Amino acid sequence: MDRPIRVVVAKPGLDGHDRGAKVVARALRDAGMEVIYTGLRQTPEQIVEAVIQEDADCLAMSILSGAHNHLFPKVVNMLKERGVEDVLVVGGGVIPEDDIPGLLEAGIAAIFTPGTPTSLTIDFITQNIKK
Amino acid sequence: MFDKQKAAEIKAAAEKWDNGVKSKLERQPERKLTFRTSSGMEIKRMYTPADIEGMDFNADLSNPAQYPYTRGVQPTMYRGRFWTMRQYAGFATAEESNNRYKYLLEQGQTGLSVAFDLPTQIGYDSDHDLSEGEVGKVGVAIDSLKDMETLFDGIPLDKVTTSMTINAPAAVLLAMYIAVAEKQGVSAEQLSGTIQNDILKEYIARGTYIFPVVPSMRLITNIFEYCSKSVPKWNTISISGYHIREAGSTAAQEVAFTLADGIAYVEAAIKAGLDVDDFAPRLSFFFNAHNDLLEEVSKYRAARRLWAKIMKERFQAKDPKSMMLRFHTQTGGSTLTAQQPDNNIIRVTIQTLAAVMGGTQSLHTNSKDEALALPTEDAVRVALRTQQIVAYESGVTETVDPLAGSYYVEAMTNDIEARAMEYINKIDDIGGAVKAIERGYIQKEIQDSAYKYQMEIESNERIVVGMNKFQIQEGSPKGLLRVDPAVGELQKQKLETLRNERDNNKVNAALEALKKAAQTDENLMPFIIDAVRTYATLGEICGILREVFGEYQQSVIL
Amino acid sequence: MDIKAGLLKGDKRAAARLITLAENGDEEAVRIIRECYHLTGKARIIGITGPPGAGKSTVTDRLAKLLRMQDKKVSIIAVDPTSPFTGGAILGDRVRMNDLSTDPGVFIRSMGTRGALGGLSKAAHDAVRILDIFGSDYIFIETVGVGQSEVDIVKLADTVVMVMVPGLGDDIQAIKAGIMEIGDVFSVNKSDREGAERTAVELEMMLDFNKSSDFRPEVINIVARDNQNVDKLLEAIEKHWEYLCTKSNYQDRKRNSIHTEIISLINQYIITSIQKNNHSNLIQSMVEKVLKKELDPYSAAIEILQSVPIITTVQHDN
Ligand code: B12
Ligand SMILES: Nc1nc2c(ncn2[C@@H]2O[C@H](COP(=O)(O)OP(=O)(O)OP(=O)(O)O)[C@@H](O)[C@H]2O)c(=O)[nH]1
Ligand SMILES: [Mg+2]
Repeated sequence: MDRPIRVVVAKPGLDGHDRGAKVVARALRDAGMEVIYTGLRQTPEQIVEAVIQEDADCLAMSILSGAHNHLFPKVVNMLKERGVEDVLVVGGGVIPEDDIPGLLEAGIAAIFTPGTPTSLTIDFITQNIKK
Repeated sequence: MFDKQKAAEIKAAAEKWDNGVKSKLERQPERKLTFRTSSGMEIKRMYTPADIEGMDFNADLSNPAQYPYTRGVQPTMYRGRFWTMRQYAGFATAEESNNRYKYLLEQGQTGLSVAFDLPTQIGYDSDHDLSEGEVGKVGVAIDSLKDMETLFDGIPLDKVTTSMTINAPAAVLLAMYIAVAEKQGVSAEQLSGTIQNDILKEYIARGTYIFPVVPSMRLITNIFEYCSKSVPKWNTISISGYHIREAGSTAAQEVAFTLADGIAYVEAAIKAGLDVDDFAPRLSFFFNAHNDLLEEVSKYRAARRLWAKIMKERFQAKDPKSMMLRFHTQTGGSTLTAQQPDNNIIRVTIQTLAAVMGGTQSLHTNSKDEALALPTEDAVRVALRTQQIVAYESGVTETVDPLAGSYYVEAMTNDIEARAMEYINKIDDIGGAVKAIERGYIQKEIQDSAYKYQMEIESNERIVVGMNKFQIQEGSPKGLLRVDPAVGELQKQKLETLRNERDNNKVNAALEALKKAAQTDENLMPFIIDAVRTYATLGEICGILREVFGEYQQSVIL
Repeated sequence: MDIKAGLLKGDKRAAARLITLAENGDEEAVRIIRECYHLTGKARIIGITGPPGAGKSTVTDRLAKLLRMQDKKVSIIAVDPTSPFTGGAILGDRVRMNDLSTDPGVFIRSMGTRGALGGLSKAAHDAVRILDIFGSDYIFIETVGVGQSEVDIVKLADTVVMVMVPGLGDDIQAIKAGIMEIGDVFSVNKSDREGAERTAVELEMMLDFNKSSDFRPEVINIVARDNQNVDKLLEAIEKHWEYLCTKSNYQDRKRNSIHTEIISLINQYIITSIQKNNHSNLIQSMVEKVLKKELDPYSAAIEILQSVPIITTVQHDN
């Protein structure tokens, strides 16, 4: 592809753990992507608007505070309500393995947990964007 | 420490020896071309007195509890009494956390350490929109004095010391603690414990800020002033490097940025008209313990020496207590892996040794399930036992500052101090920690280190056992702690009942008085205490302050 | 998705997608812009420029909020630098505009400079046009604050706001040649800091010396973070607009800008034609000739141009 992939990296909710999100954001940039970093404490509404206005290829969310089962599906549903179907949604953070099937079911394409090399995330995004 | 001639002889001999080794390296190469500490400082093949040539025993080391306190702040150290074993805990409701605290005390823990949930830390009640999905998840939910009464039910506040990890709304939680004590018949003078109350590192690394810098600093100095008169045994701030390190900094950056924050608080308090020796003895610190044992021990020693010098030389403190850096330690969560979690017990053991040989005053040991979820009761017990084993069985506690005099440790102590000082000078040039944070300078330095660390792991330059080497196939971990999602509803109901039952006229009057005071420069502590007594909620109190003060806007530079 | 219809209805997704197409040099974008060109010219275009970290995004956020209170539809294009090494970028201006992002009357788009060598890219130019068609009353363009983009923004914007900070004394000296011509309004942001008054006075003095235009820009001390004096800044922006509309040679300014744009499009079309027609062999052979001194570069360029069928290749199918 000869255009940069555009990714919104977002921290939904009140969670302040941003080391991982920032590391991932930088790794994506170094892989040639355009990364829109939204900062902490984003509401699902703000994230959905950012994805739309930035015409992102991928939404990458990070949660380490245990609110993933509530917030991830909420964002995905809101995207659906707005008719956004062609954006790849991935998530990462401290997420118990038992919760992952439910999140995949809800429409998150992949969940990356502690210890995942960023190269894996990069490959996944590059191979799975829908536009 | 040696006379000149002797030192020169030693140096020459060491060089000769080193050249001899080098000549054989082609046949017997070392594992790496350069050896570095976990933070990236280069390590020599061996250390001799030549590496600490200029060192002056009295000026640089001295004896324990003597300036510059390199060797510790207590004369007998752990021969007198072990450090306080303090496991950070809290989740779900006040009832459940109360049970966990009682369990921990029964298991021999000697102090409490309260973890609050994120809505509480950010000043929202459990029924706020933004609290949805977060209530009780990573700490206990406290909405009002009612919850706080439950949290400490049956725990005599004159007998335990309590540490509360609370920052932006620290004044409110401290007020509630004082009010609970009152109801137990314990006076504020008897209370002892710590509030974290360190807003600068929230902006830098931890993220639970509410108000902008200026009013936040005012709340902090209000607390200093109030406590110096009314809660004299309370540690009014825990200036924290822990979170800075966990956000990815190096050891030297941890020391540098923490002490730079410390300088900013001292300056703010002096500017607010306080005398340095009135508040400085109650300042305490909080550091991390990572795996590089000797680097970490050196780090604590360097921090103690540097702080003593700063207090004496820069701030002209007179009271020795103002110069003593007392600190809490927590083992390094980010060194612990989701893979083969049992290995984490070993890591925590090493880190415990570092903290203890570095002379910590209290310690939290992380549990083996750190990278998976909040710890289970079993995992916490093992973590506590780790401390107890080091205390009772390892022997490192039997003399003070056991590693002093190691050429390597002393050289490294000097090195970390010098690197930290270099950063502090740079921050002074920028105009102090507050400006450096507003510019994103400190955050950027930390992020650069964090990124480097991650890339080293990915290129296998840095080995993490079980994660990028010696991996095994593992099933999904079982028996993790889960917080019942119903907690949110439960807290909401409790709030509704509270709002119906309390005297809302009194609440409104107290909040109105607080608002007026916030607009002047009166000390806010008495107003906040009055408000919590009426069962005004945390969210209501912070809401009023948000109205007057506005909110902090994060500074992001990637 | 019918992008054109969506754009005309004011659908954010359509506008967003069209900007992407324009950024990626897709002909579809040019086609739609051409078809809707008659709808452009309604938006006020405001450039926000100044050194890195001066508070450009914060100022933009606060100005946009004031305009929202007047029920104006606001769009923001925020440009950040693309890494020349990886082609990637971190676009972080949005962080400063978080509460605007859910306002139905606001559209925010982050852009990397991509290949534009520090200048404001052609894509940003197209984006302005798209957001004009989209129905914006105001379009803000926040530049990266380095070199060429300041100069480019003038050609695009009706009003250029320079965001300065106190204590830039030496920097002002260094860049004054450039900025004095560019700024229509000067703001000294972060006036909560020491030296704000002095910086303002220094700027005033320099502006007094600068006689190149009959419009004397205002200098305004603001604290964007605390929303202080931002209303004054907006007033000054409006005053500049009045000046443009009444006293000045606004039409000339527009003429100039159209002229520049046409010339730059011609340039671009020629280059594209040469690339598209795979003339690299021709160029290569010319290079060799020039190297051997068989030909001079001037003649070589003319010879290449003569062999390129420019007109046919750049026609867009309607
Ligand atoms: C570092 C850390 C902190 C630092 C955060 C610093 C910072 N600025 O980020 C500090 C010390 C401040 C901190 C504080 C707290 N922490 Co903490 N913290 C951790 C810790 C130890 C490591 C996280 C980390 O940064 N790892 C390094 C980075 C590089 O890895 P990572 O984030 O996992 O990211 C990787 C993957 O997960 C994935 N990934 C992550 N995000 C994303 C996003 C996308 C889009 C993608 C594709 C991939 C991806 O890729 C990354 C690279 O491999 C974890 C435990 C652990 N070992 O994981 C606890 C942990 C997350 N913290 C925890 C808690 C409870 C807290 C507190 C809430 C405690 C309290 N009550 O006050 C506080 C408050 C924080 C807040 N404001 O929200 C709990 C959460 C429990 C839960 N979810 O059930 C954990 C799990 C520890 C525990 N077992 O108790 N913490
Ligand atoms: N003290 C002070 N700080 C401000 C003011 N306005 C903005 N800031 C801070 O300055 C920093 C940079 O602000 P931005 O708005 O991101 O600046 P910018 O010029 O857009 O930055 P780049 O896009 O990175 O060049 C942030 O930390 C703001 O909070 C102000 O009036 N006073
Ligand atoms: Mg900006």
